[in-house]
Amino acid sequence: MATQVSNESVEKTIYDGLVELGTERDDLSREATLESLDVDSLDLVELAQIVEDEYGVELKGDDVKDVKTVGEVIDLVVAKAS
Amino acid sequence: MSERPEGCALVTGASRGIGAATALMLAADGWPVRINYRSDEAGAKEVVAKIEAEGGTATLWQGDVADADDIARIVEPGDDGPVLVLVNNAGLRRDALSPQIDDDQWQQVIDVNLTGTFRATRAALPHMLRARFGRIVNVSSVVGLHANPGQANYAASKAGVIGFTKTVAAEVARRGVTVNAVAPGLIETTFTEDVMDGDMAKAIPARRVGTPEEVAACIRFLASEQASYVTGTTLTVDGGLSA
Repeated sequence: MATQVSNESVEKTIYDGLVELGTERDDLSREATLESLDVDSLDLVELAQIVEDEYGVELKGDDVKDVKTVGEVIDLVVAKAS
Repeated sequence: MSERPEGCALVTGASRGIGAATALMLAADGWPVRINYRSDEAGAKEVVAKIEAEGGTATLWQGDVADADDIARIVEPGDDGPVLVLVNNAGLRRDALSPQIDDDQWQQVIDVNLTGTFRATRAALPHMLRARFGRIVNVSSVVGLHANPGQANYAASKAGVIGFTKTVAAEVARRGVTVNAVAPGLIETTFTEDVMDGDMAKAIPARRVGTPEEVAACIRFLASEQASYVTGTTLTVDGGLSA
């Protein structure tokens, strides 16, 4: 069953997912860019799978192609889940 | 042998021929195997029974690889875990000379052979990436590499599979996921029985047609942990036909 969607829960999911993908937790913030965190396109595919498993929200290539920061990822998931 | 993640193998079109032989070998390697079939339920059940008789695990998965919903269901992680070995084997021929191929004949062959391969791969890959392990083996054909009059639709689909294989391999190689193809030549299966004739073997340097097991052995290797540095390649299995 999909988890309840709130800004806080999505932020936690994204942060945990990025840490799992090799990002240092101390480097994470809403303003941090994916580029500065070394998050590549394949990482985003995995992050999309984590989000889908958690919230049942599908993030397609077109959805994430213009996303630059962690905060934008979080906002996108919250918007799609609402 | 290094530890491999928990998961299963899926062989599409596994009720007979190359698919059935592959399923048996993957089960012998310890994978729980999903036996996909479209219409030959009896054949698929027989494959499951053989695997179980040899101490393996197999489950039946009816579905048409040309149907997007069926593919999504068949690839979805289940009690046997995510699909970590995917063998896109289901295939279809609708032969005619190109001026006589109608839209249906064209589309059906593309839908099953190429689009089915794409959709199954798309569905399985995120789980393979997460597992940092995955093996995809696409069954192409020598017809995807060399001309065979009367099979323009089939050739286009199988050449497409090779191009698809190479690019996806390059996309995911850094995550321990390999993507390869096999290109069988003339293999003795129900798929080719209508085109077999006595003279055909003379054109093959090995002087005989191949067996499903000979193709399955190559798939088995490409699906193994030992093939971890082989990706994006097409292994021709044709008795020297295209040498």
